[in-house]
Amino acid sequence: MSADTEVQPIVKMCGITIAFPGVLALDGVEFRLLPGEVHSLMGENGAGKSTLIKALTGVYSLDSGTITVAGRERRFEATADAQAAGISTVYQEVNLCANLSVGENVMLGHEKRKYGAIDWRATYAEAEKHLAGLGLEIDSRAQLARNSIAIQQLVAIARAMVLDAKVLILDEPTSSLDRGEVEQLFGVIRDLRDTGVAILFVSHFLEQVYEISDRITVLRNGKLVGEHVAKDFPKDALVAEMIGRELDDLAAISDRADRAIDRSGTPVLKATGIGKRGVLSPADLEVYKGEVVGFAGLLGSGRTELVRLLYGADRSETGEIQIDGKSVRIHTPRHAIDHGIALSSEDRRAEGVVADLTVAENMILGIQARRGWLHPISKTEKDAVVKEYMSALGVRPANPNVPIGNLSGGNQQKVLLARWLATAPELLMLDEPTRGIDVGAKADIQRKVAELSEKGLSVIFVSSELEEVLRIAQRVLVLRDRRAIGEIESHSVDLDGLVDYIANSEEVSVMR
Amino acid sequence: MSTTDTTARQSTDVATTISTFTGRYVSLLPTFAAITILIALLVGAELYFGNFLTPRNVSALLLDNAYLMVLAVGMTFVIVTAGIDLSVGSVMAFTGILGASLIASGIPVIIVIPVMLVAGAAIGLLIGVLVQYFNVQPFIASLAGLFLGRGLAYVVSLNSIRVEDPVLVWMRTRIPLGDFYIAPTGIIAIFTVIIGALVMHFTRFGRTVYAVGGSEQSTRLMGLNVARTKVMVYVISGLCGGLAGLLLTAYTGAGYPRNGIGTELDVIAVVVIGGTLLTGGRGYVLGSMIGVFVFGTIKTIISFMGAEQSWTHIIVGVLLLVFVVVQRAIVSRSQQKE
Repeated sequence: MSADTEVQPIVKMCGITIAFPGVLALDGVEFRLLPGEVHSLMGENGAGKSTLIKALTGVYSLDSGTITVAGRERRFEATADAQAAGISTVYQEVNLCANLSVGENVMLGHEKRKYGAIDWRATYAEAEKHLAGLGLEIDSRAQLARNSIAIQQLVAIARAMVLDAKVLILDEPTSSLDRGEVEQLFGVIRDLRDTGVAILFVSHFLEQVYEISDRITVLRNGKLVGEHVAKDFPKDALVAEMIGRELDDLAAISDRADRAIDRSGTPVLKATGIGKRGVLSPADLEVYKGEVVGFAGLLGSGRTELVRLLYGADRSETGEIQIDGKSVRIHTPRHAIDHGIALSSEDRRAEGVVADLTVAENMILGIQARRGWLHPISKTEKDAVVKEYMSALGVRPANPNVPIGNLSGGNQQKVLLARWLATAPELLMLDEPTRGIDVGAKADIQRKVAELSEKGLSVIFVSSELEEVLRIAQRVLVLRDRRAIGEIESHSVDLDGLVDYIANSEEVSVMR
Repeated sequence: MSTTDTTARQSTDVATTISTFTGRYVSLLPTFAAITILIALLVGAELYFGNFLTPRNVSALLLDNAYLMVLAVGMTFVIVTAGIDLSVGSVMAFTGILGASLIASGIPVIIVIPVMLVAGAAIGLLIGVLVQYFNVQPFIASLAGLFLGRGLAYVVSLNSIRVEDPVLVWMRTRIPLGDFYIAPTGIIAIFTVIIGALVMHFTRFGRTVYAVGGSEQSTRLMGLNVARTKVMVYVISGLCGGLAGLLLTAYTGAGYPRNGIGTELDVIAVVVIGGTLLTGGRGYVLGSMIGVFVFGTIKTIISFMGAEQSWTHIIVGVLLLVFVVVQRAIVSRSQQKE
């Protein structure tokens, strides 16, 4: 620990605050990065990780706070400024130009010149030198697109070396790599660290974070939670810090949900061995009438993937699905809708609301889709449906004729919920229905789910907020590293128990 | 035993050579295709007519299409960034009639020529600024440029203005080269192509043009100046429009406000036939020159056959369709490689 304080940090961020309309993305965050360390930035979605990175790379400007790089205070107006200060970033989606050659991508903007013209021979020689420095022996004149994502990622790192980066930010670099490629990348990362480069590593794979990191900083809800030395920071403590455990007054909902489910009959949904290579290992699941099943696990654990396979948004390669005891094919969302399954997607903006349509139009979309476009819905029927759900869910403003884009996140979510409820589904799947919305709206939505399940609706509830899952689900399916690792009755476990289960379940092996 | 070893090694050697070659030069394929088509057209026409590849015809191929070639150079820059410039035909008409009217009113040609070039570049700058800073689609912004240029041309004059200036007359003087001949307009066009090719290949600006066409987002994140590059390509295209106006005025001996109606589409066609991808990121100025020759040859063949010139556009349309499909296939194959 004492060594930490003696070394001067290469990057020091003080009191970083960034606000977007309606959201405080970062709230006075402190962060420091030492030369020659691998530092992981952890936090759930919306915790502020990417905002912090974008502040450091000059994509976002600060509302307040200071960034000091190598002892000098800096203001970054653009990515180029950050690069000039020695900060380079390798993104998850490789941000290179696939149409250019490998060598050009490494050298772009820094080509060697002779008499004012680019000297290609020298430029490629320089590129090859940097590629070889990372142990890459590939044809530097070949098009970048002909190389695998893993190689492209290393090419992006080679580019950072050309810029003489003192700080290298790796944002989810491993999410599309296989085990061998991850090892190769980690080898390169360790070599760079040993030469004194400071590496900021972001990944949602806990194993990888512990394998590579020297220190870990945790963010939650835009605030700094803690900075730790990785080897003295147990995994469950990390998970607990990431998820947080704020107390709330939602006990009533919890009581309501705490009831026995009759599991003697035929399950509404029974999935056996459903999975897809590279996406999710085969998983089993049963959901009974009136039951709420929660999916718990960290981001990237396979929660959303399982939901999408059940809905036919992605096509499963293995397993079968039974609805009410009958074996059915669900290859497209249309099949799912026909069998009374509805999904409210995780990505509200991209896959849910149609921002330019009004609230009423958005609500009607679900019924319309279920009926087919050739069967218009009469105006009276439409008005009745809209009126019913506007008041049942308490959508604000109570005017159904405003564009939904003008509503707050929570109210948009209510409209989406209404859209699917109006189709009278047997099974409603809610993926992150409460993400990024305020506490009041969260409670409204949870209350509504509890109420509907009492009336016999089956629900799959996916959320990264574990208290929520425990509160409204009767049974929790725990996922980790793209596998279903177990099922728990929610009344038999408290939050600590669940966190512990996610972090330390024996099922979890070293192999990924 | 040893023989099979050697053959095996040889065949892997050949395989590596082929994969290295395709890895490096796959983007040249459409241009090779254009060259093949040009040769096939020329040889076919010579075999069919017997008197097609005469020095006179070949020389005319360059001179008749000099203005098109200059426009194609500018257009190549724009299309490689995944943009489009519909204004070039009317910019050419506007600068042409502007130049003719200035010369007619007695202003020395040494001033008139720069004014024509600057006028073209200014319209390009306007389009570039609209595209980059006001986020207007290139199609829409340059459509505005098209109407603006045409309107300004009519403001200058509704009728054709003859130009008798000695400099412009000299520009269309034929200089014999053996049985062939060339005029200064043709030399200017060739020079424009060479300069365009050098800028594209040997300057950081040129490489940034390709990078922007590959992925604008990545290019920005790589710390390159995307804004300046995008504005510049439209300025270059406008400048080429001004230069084409000068060449056309010299070539026809007059400025005419109705010149170049629909030329922008010809220019886009020749650029695409020359191997530039409309989706950006790939293309060559020299390829566009080949595209111009293909276009010009088709036109000459049609007039040799005594058929309607509208057949030119039918054939160019078919060629364009084939090329776009071929390019699509090449792109999707190279993307599969990921």
